[in-house]
Amino acid sequence: MSALTVLYALLFYSATAMLVGGVAYKSWVYARTPQPLKIPIPPAPTTRRGVVLRLLLEVTLFKSLFRANKWIWLFGWVFHVALLAVLLRHLRYFTEPVWAWVALIQPFGLYAGFAMLVGLAGLWARRFLVDRVRYISAPSDHLMLALIASIAASGLAMKYVAHTDIVAVKVFFLGLMAFDWQPLPADPLLLTHLALVATLMTIFPVSKLLHAPGVFFSPSLNQVDDARERRHTAGWSAQAGPAARAGGR
Amino acid sequence: MAAFETPALGEYPIIPLVREGAMAHSKPFVAKPEHQQGLGFPGALVPDWEKIAVTKLGELVSQSRALQVFLDACVKCGACTDKCHYYLGTGDPKNMPVARQDLLRSVYRRYYTFAGKHFPKLVGARDMTKSVLDDWYSYYHQCSQCRRCSVFCPYGIDTAEISMAARDIMDSVGVGQKYSNEIIGKVHKIGNNLGLPEAALRNTLDGLEEDVKEATGVDVKFPLDEKGAEVLLITPSADFFAEPHIDGLIGYAKVFHAAGISWTLSSHASEAANFSLFIGNHDNLQKVAERIREAALELGVKRLVVGECGHAWRVAYSFWNTLIGPFDFLDPHYPAPQHICELTYDLIRRGALTLDKSANDDKVVTFHDSCNVSRGSRMGDEPGGQFTIPREIIRACVNKFVDMAPETIGETTFCCGGGGGLLTDDLVELRVKGALPRMQALQRVIDEQGVNYMAAICAICKSQFTKVLPYYKHSMNMIGSVHGLVSNAIVLQQKQ
Repeated sequence: MSALTVLYALLFYSATAMLVGGVAYKSWVYARTPQPLKIPIPPAPTTRRGVVLRLLLEVTLFKSLFRANKWIWLFGWVFHVALLAVLLRHLRYFTEPVWAWVALIQPFGLYAGFAMLVGLAGLWARRFLVDRVRYISAPSDHLMLALIASIAASGLAMKYVAHTDIVAVKVFFLGLMAFDWQPLPADPLLLTHLALVATLMTIFPVSKLLHAPGVFFSPSLNQVDDARERRHTAGWSAQAGPAARAGGR
Repeated sequence: MAAFETPALGEYPIIPLVREGAMAHSKPFVAKPEHQQGLGFPGALVPDWEKIAVTKLGELVSQSRALQVFLDACVKCGACTDKCHYYLGTGDPKNMPVARQDLLRSVYRRYYTFAGKHFPKLVGARDMTKSVLDDWYSYYHQCSQCRRCSVFCPYGIDTAEISMAARDIMDSVGVGQKYSNEIIGKVHKIGNNLGLPEAALRNTLDGLEEDVKEATGVDVKFPLDEKGAEVLLITPSADFFAEPHIDGLIGYAKVFHAAGISWTLSSHASEAANFSLFIGNHDNLQKVAERIREAALELGVKRLVVGECGHAWRVAYSFWNTLIGPFDFLDPHYPAPQHICELTYDLIRRGALTLDKSANDDKVVTFHDSCNVSRGSRMGDEPGGQFTIPREIIRACVNKFVDMAPETIGETTFCCGGGGGLLTDDLVELRVKGALPRMQALQRVIDEQGVNYMAAICAICKSQFTKVLPYYKHSMNMIGSVHGLVSNAIVLQQKQ
């Protein structure tokens, strides 16, 4: 077993732990923090079913963003959909035999790699070209784009520039999942690609990538507009005046 | 007050280029110790305030899922950057919603997140310093908490929540805003924003009865503290004194009269406004709202109706049930609370009011959707009732009504520029510049459709437009109450 294999095996175990554990922890913090008042933002649904539909439209079609700015929507939506396709394409490295639908979408996943880069380039260009967006961009915002773009570029390079031994890669990852470590090919492009992916997974729960779980917990989006019909209390509003009064009666 | 230029109204709205520091000089008067103490805040900046502020920030975040999510989730996409009327009117980049949030988010990151603790420069995290506090004071008082930006945010991040938290933190270390805090103190002590005692209120209402009698020949009552009345009307105290608000109050009284509904005002709860919302302090929010429950129980009323006031309706619609409910002592056949527009609209639909539209034939009317009604509440049973119901009332009272451009009304309405505790003369430059997007939309319907009257259902909007319309070369009499139009159109019969 090479030191390299051990290093990457440990890297992916820790990155996975950070991603899963970190996102689970943050979600738990969001879930347990009370929302004392009703603050839904219009157009606010008056039923739970309506809220589910609203969130669905937000996370699949980016409805509010579409309303706000067509360019950000275009680049952002293309990037996210492409990212999803690419992630699904990568399932083939973790399943044996490969599921039929994963095999079916392989070509789309490939185009998606380019679409991802286009989306990222558009978003990144805005950070330089639009003075308002330039003003609000911190170094971390540029680094995040650089990180994801490098992941996409290194991935595409392995397909179009210098092939790597993907069969061995698959054996490595299946081995990781079975806690039966197998050697990882020492291909520089592959090692770069994997190191960047592990970095992204690791910083996920301490970065703005928390928008992914966060959107589901956003009270302005997930509250039902029924303040008059159903009395809402939580946190301090459950202990303040009314409860004090009820105790005194 | 330094001189400033009223922004020019172009042919079409433009997004200004970033002009750093353009409004850095704008800050409201700081509260004096006597304005602070009645609200439970320290009188002046306390020693060791940095630590206290940071601790308070942590507390607020741990008590609010909204803050918890909003401070983490922003990706700096830029969707909100051109949505704030104060940015559009000033070009100051700290008036872009995301930049305004970042004033507080940067401090939160520094003390409460891994990235900010260890890599502050990378993620734009900052220590809590005096210059940060000064920035907060300036720019969190350039936010009217109108929530327009949050309609466009893909995560629903609500800058109002962050601006309220920042003001609460500033109050907790002794740096309050004079305008809001002085007013809240008056409500605690006397029961309304104006500090109007019972005798003066009674006097005013008696005067109104005489005026209406003179104008119409009808005995329309303006009852105060009448036990056993069916309706307790909670209305902004500006309705008792200010123009054009008072025409609205006369309108409510005529509607009650025509429908034969017994009603009363309360001297104990003679204020619908609750400025505690603006300063984000829930103890004061609760305390001010509590007076209304006390008055309703004391007078034994069956219904709570709220007059034309934007943020008051947000507090009433969205928060009263939580803060001062349950309303099990009220008549369950009516929504609790009910907006005066809901009540009037219901009567119109049932044919219970006689309205003569020609009484308003001198007017071509448009309607300004107030931010807190539009984005903090609802009316009626259907989503969007807060937009359709006031318009239906206007249409029933006037022959000529037109709407302004769709992106400037409804849920994407522009704030008047004076909401959120900014309706004070020490912020007049901000108020004039912040009114730009609304003035632009108004100018278009004036030019193209001959509009000469803008109706609103918010006391702050009415006062703000009265002040800023002349800056844009319009008469301050252009702005009026929706129930002022009702008052003109309604045909009364003397009760037998």
